[in-house]
Order: sequence, then structure tokens, then C-alpha cells
Amino acid sequence: MAKHETPMLDQLESGPWPSFVSDLKALAEKRAKNEEGIEFQIPTDVVDDILGVLELSYKHGRTHWKHGGIVGVFGYGGGVIGRYCDQPEMFPGVAHFHTMRVNQPGGKFYTTDYLRKLCDLWDFRGSGVLNMHGSTGDIIFLGTTTPQLEEIFYELTHNLHQDLGGSGSNLRTPSDCVGQARCEFACYDTQDLCYDLTQEYQDELHRPAFPYKFKFKFDGCPNCCVASIARSDLSFIGTWKDDIKIDQEAVQAYIGGELKPNAGAHSGRDWGPFDIQKEVIDLCPTDCMWMEGKELKIDNKECTRCMHCINVMPRALRIGDDRGITILAGAKAPILDGAQMGTLIVPFIKAEPPYTEIKENVIEPIWDWWMEEGKNRERLGELMKRQGLQKMIEILGVEPDPRMVQEPRSNPYIFWKEEEVPGGWKRDIKEFRKYHQR
Amino acid sequence: MALDYEESKQKIIEGLKKKLKTKSKFYFNDLSKILGAKPREAKKIVNRMVEEGLLEYWSSGSTSMYGLPGTGKQAAAEHED
Repeated sequence: MAKHETPMLDQLESGPWPSFVSDLKALAEKRAKNEEGIEFQIPTDVVDDILGVLELSYKHGRTHWKHGGIVGVFGYGGGVIGRYCDQPEMFPGVAHFHTMRVNQPGGKFYTTDYLRKLCDLWDFRGSGVLNMHGSTGDIIFLGTTTPQLEEIFYELTHNLHQDLGGSGSNLRTPSDCVGQARCEFACYDTQDLCYDLTQEYQDELHRPAFPYKFKFKFDGCPNCCVASIARSDLSFIGTWKDDIKIDQEAVQAYIGGELKPNAGAHSGRDWGPFDIQKEVIDLCPTDCMWMEGKELKIDNKECTRCMHCINVMPRALRIGDDRGITILAGAKAPILDGAQMGTLIVPFIKAEPPYTEIKENVIEPIWDWWMEEGKNRERLGELMKRQGLQKMIEILGVEPDPRMVQEPRSNPYIFWKEEEVPGGWKRDIKEFRKYHQR
Repeated sequence: MALDYEESKQKIIEGLKKKLKTKSKFYFNDLSKILGAKPREAKKIVNRMVEEGLLEYWSSGSTSMYGLPGTGKQAAAEHED
């Protein structure tokens, strides 16, 4: 028997999709029965009360969670978010319902044993409700009480060898794709760079002194599986400078049907025989591919790394050998004030440990600028818009590059300064009038 | 030149106390302005003050702020004092 009546939540279960309401009900029942004999450290009926408070919010059309809190673990200004219910008498199980953000493993690789340990810890000391993963990428533990925070932190850091992630005005938990561990498209070791920067910038991750949140994301190739280009203040995307490698025999094997396009990923229905002209060449956004007899040709200098041809024919086309990273800055995906894509700031940089050039010439100058000039709650992308890309280029000490322009006439960021122009802005007006009437 | 810790500490405590009537939580920028220092220099002082329990963090989840411990509504209302 459910603790609270939840007619509106019940309705959500009637849709075609898996329902979080069903999951919560199942967990509430599991906790009530407690067949495993867990010594729950927070109220057993916490999940019943989540359902109750949510139903009440639907009824009132308002939230019953208060805003933020002062709780945390010692020395950390992030990783814990105080959450309190404003109806504690009605829902005592969620009177304190703090969130903990836990740094996810690189590429989100887990063993089942490790996942079990995380779940056991959270069943024991928290609500058992997890979010795998939050949009920043980290593991989200939803709902515990203040006395449990240090206990969980100790267990995480000493036995599970994992740290809390970032929250608030911090560097957020850096997040990466599986990279070279599983993917032949990866142009650099995303996990190594992600781990290196996580370790290097511990102070920025745990002790908030930024104007607002700041996110790093690492994509091994321009397929952008972690969507760094859209969601991170600094986006690291793998790329190459030389030519796409072509295996002409494999191209013929695709044309002849011996190899399945997209490695067979679209085999759910019959799409007819593979047509290289229609499915690859005509879809190239820069028209840089063509067939010459039986040979596939690519005008590599026109390639914009859209990855389509490589995705369709992975056995025939491979990324180049001169690999590195393209860095974009200023993306954000907020709910309130319009999304913004990243702007290219570094066309190509080598990604080799210890990544000194990336740290000293890109990350740190940007942070210094944003920390000094950024307004409270202003993301890097907004500062770039407010002060202009030109300012950003000055901060980085790089030359303006046509690749920084998104498209002609849309972001004319680069202006001449007086000292850059021979003779400056002053002119001899009499000399000018000789040739130009009023 | 590195900031003197004791002097900076007093500046921050006095600065925040003066404004207590109107607000109890402050952005990091407010603290560096009180010190008249660059953010990175100010951060060293602020970190140490948090470590010593002279300042405490407040977080909404998206934004972080700083306050003098026990000030504002939150601590008493949520039994965290």
C-alpha cells in the first residue's frame, strides 16, 4: 500500500515510455520490504515521500523544494548541493534531501562490481535514487541527510577511489568520450587529457572562485559524441591536418555490397543496395569527393571534418595521421537564455602529455580574463559576446584566422586598430578633397 | 606582492559585517573587490578563511556564494547551525 495517493503521477505511467514513476514505486516497495536487511541510514520511506512531494507539486503547480544550502564536505565548495523540502511535516523522509555529484570514471567505463558498490553505498546511506548520468556527465546521488555526507565522502575516496565532482561556480566534472579505448576515430587520448586536467585543476574543481560554472568536454573526433561543441565552455575536439586515408579496395567492397555501410548499424530494414554517389558523395557538405573511374578522390583541403563519409565507410576511409585538437570556446546550453555553440579559437594544437601548451597558452589565460572581467553568473560565451572575439584573441595572443569566422557577414569580430593601420585614422583632408567631392 | 593574511581577513570580515543588514551571501567577486586584489590572489585568502571556518560556502547547485557562518536565514531554518 503506497504511503501517499498519487493519481497524477500514476497517469504518467500510462504512456509508452519507461516511467520514472514506476521505478520510484518499485524502489519504495523494495525499501519497505528490505529483504536484504540493509541498515538504512536515512528514513526508509524517503522514496514514498519523493512521490508524495512531487504529486503535491503537480497539484499546486509550484515546487516544494527550497533553493540551495550551506552543506558540504570539509574543504570542498562543490559536489554537494543542499536540498530541503518546504513541507517537512508532511514529507519527513525528504526534509533533507541533498544531492551529491560524484566524478564519473573516464569514458564512463564501469565494471559491474564497481556499479554494485556504488549502488550498495547509496542504498545504505542515501535514498537509493541515482541519476546516471547528469547532463554534466557525473554520477548523481539524489537525496541524503547532512550527517551522511562526510561518511559517503570517506567511503568514496578511500574505498571506491572516486572523488566528488564539481558544482556551483566551479570547474565542473570534466567529461570525455570513450576515445582511443574503443574507437578508431579518436584523434587523441581523450581519457588521458581529461584525467590530466582533472588532476591539474583540483583547486578549480573543488573551491569555487569563478563567476559561474565552467565546463571542459573532450571529444576524440568531430562526431562529437559528448556534444562538447554545444555544451562546454572549452570544447576539445580531435582532428587531423593531413589527408583522409583511402583504401580503394575497401571502397569497391562497399560498392559491391561485401561490406555493410555504417558497419551494419542501419540493418533494421532493407534500404536497397548501397549507392556511394547518393549516400556519400552527394551528401558531402563541401562537395569535395568524387569518383574517377573506380577510384574515390577527396580534395582534402576542402574537407570540414563532417565525418559522414568515414562513418559510412569506416573500413575504406580513415582519419589522417597528423592528429591533434581543435579548441572551441563559449558554448552553453541553458534552459532560460538560449543555447550558444562554441566558437573556434585554436584551429589545431598537438595533444601530447604533459599538455603544457594547452594549459598555459589556452586554459589559464582564458580563466584569468573571465575571472577578472566576467560578471556574476556570466558564462564565458556571454563574456565573449559582450567584449568581442577580438578581445579573446588578444588574451590568447593568437592571430585572427578565417576559420574563426562562423560564416561570412555573421560574426565580423575583427576590426583594425589605429596603431595597426599605416598613418592611423588621421588624414590630410585637403588632399582627400582633391579626389572626393563633398 | 602577496597579500597579508591577517589584514585581508579583517578587511573581509568587516566588509561583510557592514553589509549584513541587506544581505548575508556574497559572490566571490564581492570578496576580491573588498580586498582590491586579483581573483587568484583573493582566492588564496578566501580558501584559507573557509578552512579556518571564518567563511562558509552556500550553493544553489549552479552558483556558489560565500557568507559569515551562522548568518542569514538558512542555517537556523534548516538546523545546520
